[in-house]
Order: sequence, then structure tokens, then C-alpha cells
Amino acid sequence: MLIILVFLIGMNEERITEKLNILADAAKYDVSCASSGSKRKNENKGLGNASNGICHSYTEDGRCVSLLKILLTNHCIFDCAYCVSRKNNDIKRAAFTVQEVVDLTINFYRRNYIEGLFLSSGIFKDADYTMERLVRVAKKLRTEHNFNGYIHLKSIPGASDELMNEAGLYADRLSVNLEMPTEAGLKLLAPDKNQQDMIKPMGYLKNAIIKHTEEKKLFKKAPLFAPAGQSTQMIIGATPENDSEVLHSANYFYKNFKLKRVYYSGYVPVLADSRLPALNTAVPMVRENRLYQADWLMRFYGFKVNEIVNTAQPHLDLDIDPKLGWAIRNMQAFPVDVNKADLQMILRVPGIGLLSAQKIVSARRFGKLNWDHMKKMGVSLNRAKYFVTCNSNEFERRDLTGSNIKQFILATSQSKYLKNTQTQLNLF
Amino acid sequence: MATTTLIYDGTFEGLLSAVFEVYTHRLQTVNLHAGEWLTSALFEDVIKVVTDETRAARVLKGLKERVSHIGVQRLYAAHLAGMVGEDLNLLGYIRYAFDSPMNIEEDYGNRYVVRVSELVRMVRREKHRMEAFVRFQQLTDGTFYAAIEPDFNVLPLLIRHFKSRYADQKWIIYDIKRKYGLFYDLHDVQFINLDFSDDNKAANVMASFSEEEGIYQQLWKNYFNSVNIASRKNTKLHVRHMPKRYWKHLTEKI
Repeated sequence: MLIILVFLIGMNEERITEKLNILADAAKYDVSCASSGSKRKNENKGLGNASNGICHSYTEDGRCVSLLKILLTNHCIFDCAYCVSRKNNDIKRAAFTVQEVVDLTINFYRRNYIEGLFLSSGIFKDADYTMERLVRVAKKLRTEHNFNGYIHLKSIPGASDELMNEAGLYADRLSVNLEMPTEAGLKLLAPDKNQQDMIKPMGYLKNAIIKHTEEKKLFKKAPLFAPAGQSTQMIIGATPENDSEVLHSANYFYKNFKLKRVYYSGYVPVLADSRLPALNTAVPMVRENRLYQADWLMRFYGFKVNEIVNTAQPHLDLDIDPKLGWAIRNMQAFPVDVNKADLQMILRVPGIGLLSAQKIVSARRFGKLNWDHMKKMGVSLNRAKYFVTCNSNEFERRDLTGSNIKQFILATSQSKYLKNTQTQLNLF
Repeated sequence: MATTTLIYDGTFEGLLSAVFEVYTHRLQTVNLHAGEWLTSALFEDVIKVVTDETRAARVLKGLKERVSHIGVQRLYAAHLAGMVGEDLNLLGYIRYAFDSPMNIEEDYGNRYVVRVSELVRMVRREKHRMEAFVRFQQLTDGTFYAAIEPDFNVLPLLIRHFKSRYADQKWIIYDIKRKYGLFYDLHDVQFINLDFSDDNKAANVMASFSEEEGIYQQLWKNYFNSVNIASRKNTKLHVRHMPKRYWKHLTEKI
């Protein structure tokens, strides 16, 4: 009897392991792994809470592992060119049962491996059928297991308002991937999808979140509704959109759908298709990094999208970060006196981040700041020194042009991307 | 000006008592470190700080009038961490707070304020790392056990997080370096000491793992490998986020 039992567990383990390998592998191109921004508390001595995001591990490519990120299934009726799970791709298919996902989540969570679950899925049968399964997993975790950890569900394009409403009641975050920055790009690579189907659940959730937030202000006991909001993702480098189009599209969705995050995913060539970059194309990691920097400038540093990219400047400079790029195009705004300037202007100085800007504004009430003070506060002087003055006789006196400064900074800094850009020959 | 060396017992009350000594004896330049009272020290200008609760309480009361509640907590956390050679900076911060007419917490132009903010950041980061890197292993009696070796003494700072998160399971987090741990019994958290003498080694803990434990560890390792994107390999970034010294307690890196 015992032997049979062990055998059964063994079989099961093997099958679960295979499913996990297939369905985690298929989900990994979804880059979001955020687990912050929710405020779900652990009530009635249940399991878990969701408040402050934690990365429990990091993959060998340096990405945060915060959630158990899996597909419910990689069976899919769609045939999107960029997707490994596309209908016509000859790969192994698998599907988890609802209970299997619940067990994995709970057991990983209890061991402090994860902050929660990020559940996505290939589309099987139709949108509502798929969405209903995703919601069922979240519902079971919340209602049967008193699980208060983080849950991120995919909004399946075209899912009904009723299901989206239910999803919002159980999940902390919902996201629908725009996939391509423009509708034209989407039509080219994902002929089965249309942007309206994606925008519909997004629009419904936006209004529902606003409504629930209002209710919450009036009644403390009102239920949480997607407290960590919505996000989306765009694939970069699979279609020919320029950075200006990408960032303007992101800006549009931030403004009109109150998204918490837009993720930019450098296209990883996984499939041979004449519409796509060739299989040996490098992942555009530098470009992806610059897009995130630009995104941060829009969300935290008070930059307008037009100041970062516009028709005259359709691409971000790959050599330097977009803040430095803006500064050298706008030399008339500098130098800035750190002892007098507004926080908004100090934030625009290359080499000064959010925290050091706040420290500068706090500390200058006590006395005038000099270079040494700024260095101690974490300002990166090798960039900032060209753009600020402080309580010191030493400052940049030469009348440097933007391109002079760019040369000086590039010459003195060790770019993390140097290996990609070193094309000049050493002559001597 | 002569430098007076103060030796104290390393506790927070001891530190506050040292502040008391500084002001009663009107000391100017001082040196402060935790440690034993050595007879050889008699030939120098040395004061042994006697830890006195009443004096410490008086200093704390005064400090609370000059520094915010959170400021006092930050100072406490920085001291608790037990970083070597930082006692004088903490003392300097407290003296600066007492000697200034206004609240100095945000005076980042001052070397003590900026240093304490660095220390707090280091402690916070270590605390946050432990919240991330604790790996519980389920024992046969259902208790979840984890061993850690943090750079600083952050165990007491972890209580609130783990207690509210894992309210429905018994757990132990043990600091192997400092030889003490936390035990949550479904009601409260207690400090505990475990006996890991030679014939009572970690192997015994392993022997008492639950049946499921190995399966979930294996599944987690598999998951960790599956989510990696090989064409984006970036070892430098990986190691920066997960320094190698933590690997021996990380299931996925063993």
C-alpha cells in the first residue's frame, strides 16, 4: 500500500513539474513582476498580506522574481506572430487545474518564495470562458484559503463587464497587454486581435476603480477593488515604431486610463517569421532601459512627453540617459543654484535623483551647501557639476556647449553598456 | 584639547548613559566604544560608563523633545544593528541634536546627520533583504524553519513583518551568526536559543523536514530556472541584487 502511495505522489510530482516548467517558461515574457501598491491586510489570522513589494529572488538575467508567474494554459486559439504560445507553433502544451495553481501558490507563499500569484493564460474557447477560469483561481484563494497575498490577473481582451467586476473584487492588480505600441503594429503581427477589445476591459476597470475609491472614502468597510490598479505592456523592437510613438502611446494610456505602470519589453526573437526581426537579432536592452528612464521622467520628475521625444527628436539617445539628453539640448536653463532653485528645477539636473533632490531642499534650510555636501547626499557630481552652482568658488567657468559636455561625461564614465558600443579602434 | 575615552556596555541605555556623562562632565572631545574595561586603560583619560536606567530615561526624554518619534526609532535601529566603529557617530548625532536650537533631522549638510542616514539606509536594506531571502522549510510538526546570517543584527526588526504575514503558521527564524532566533507560536513572537552543538547539527533539522518539503523545494528550483531568459543573461546585475554571501541559504541557489 505504502509503495503504491509513494508511486502516486511520484507520478504527480513529475507531471506537476513538467506543467510548471512549460507554463512558467511561456509566461516569462510578461515582464511585470511588481507586487507593490496594494494595501491588503491580513485579516482574521489568515495567510499573507500585500503592501510593500518584495523581490524574493532574481533570475540570472537580473530580473526581479516577486510572483509565481504562470499561464493557466498555453493552449491558444490566436496566432500572434511574436508569441511562443501561438496556435501554429509546434510546442508542448499543458494546462493546470484550478486546484493545482492554488496549491502551488499557497505552498510557495508559506515558504516565503513569493509575494503572490501572477496568472495569465492562452485564450481557449473564448474570452469569457478563459477569464472565468482565472477569476475562479483568485476567488478560491481569497474565499476558501483566506489568502491575502498579492494577486495579479490578466484581463482577457473582450471579457464581459460582469467578469471584470468579479476579477476586480479578488485581484490586487489587473493588466491587459497592448502588445504593440500602435494599432498598425498590432494589425501586422496579431491579426486576430484588435485594440478595441483590449481597451474595453481597461475602460471598464478604470471607471470601476474610481467608483470604488470614492465609496471607500465614504465607507471604510467597502470592499477593495483592484487596489494596485492596472498596468500594460508593449513589445519594443518587433515592429518599426520609434521611441516618440512608443512614449506618446504610453503617455496616452497613463493619462486616459490612469494606469499605474506601462512596461516595455525588448523583443526576444523566439520565432522565425518574415514579419519579425531575424532570430539572431540582439534583444534591444539598452533601448528598453532608456525607455524606462524616460517613463520615470514623465511619472516622477515632472517632464512632459514632448520635452523628451518629439518630431525633431524621435529617438532617445542610446549613449546617454534622457535627462542628460534634455539638459544638453536646453543649456539656457542652466546653471541651477542648488541653494536657491525650486525643487522642480533641481529635479531636472542630471546626476540628481529624487532622494538627493529632496535632501538638498531640506538641508539648505540649515546652511549653504557645497560640493562636498552634495556628494555625501548621493549626488553624482561627474554629471551634475556641469549644470549647477553651489556655495563654492569652484564651478564650471568654461562656456561649454551641450556636445562638449556629452563628450566629457562619456569620457569619464564607465558605461554599463560599453561592451555594446565600443566600435572605435585603439590606434596607439 | 584632551580626548576622553568612554567605554560602555554596547546597549542603547548604555549609549544614552554615555551622553549623560558627556554633559555632566562637560566633555568636549570624546572617543566612544563598546567593550570590556581594561586595566591598562587606567593610564589614559578613560571613563567607564555605568549603564543607568534613570539617567538613560532622562536623556531619552530630552532627545524626544528635540527629535521626532521616527527620528528616535531610526537612531535605535542604527544602534541595534551593531556596526563596528559607528558609536561615535551616533553619539555625535545625539550631541548635535541637544546642542542645536532647532530640529536637525533633515540637516544633511551635517556629517553626523548624513552618516546616521547612511547607517539607517544600510540597516533598512539588510532588513528588507531578510524579508526577501528568508526561505522557510516545513518540519514534520508543521513549523516553518529558516536560518539566516544577516550582515547586521536585524532580527528584532523583522518581527512585525513576519508576524502579520504568516499569522496562521508556526515559524522560526534563526540568526546563525548571532546565535539567537525568533519563534512564533500562533500568538506571540519569542526570542529563542537553539542548541547546535556538534552532534546536534543542521543535519538533524533536515531529518525532520516534512514529506512535502523536498517536492516544493524542487518545484521552486525548477520554476527559478524556467523563468530565466538565457538571451538576456546579465550576471553582474544578478549578483548585485543577490550577493553571493546570501546564496547558501537560498533554496534556488544551492
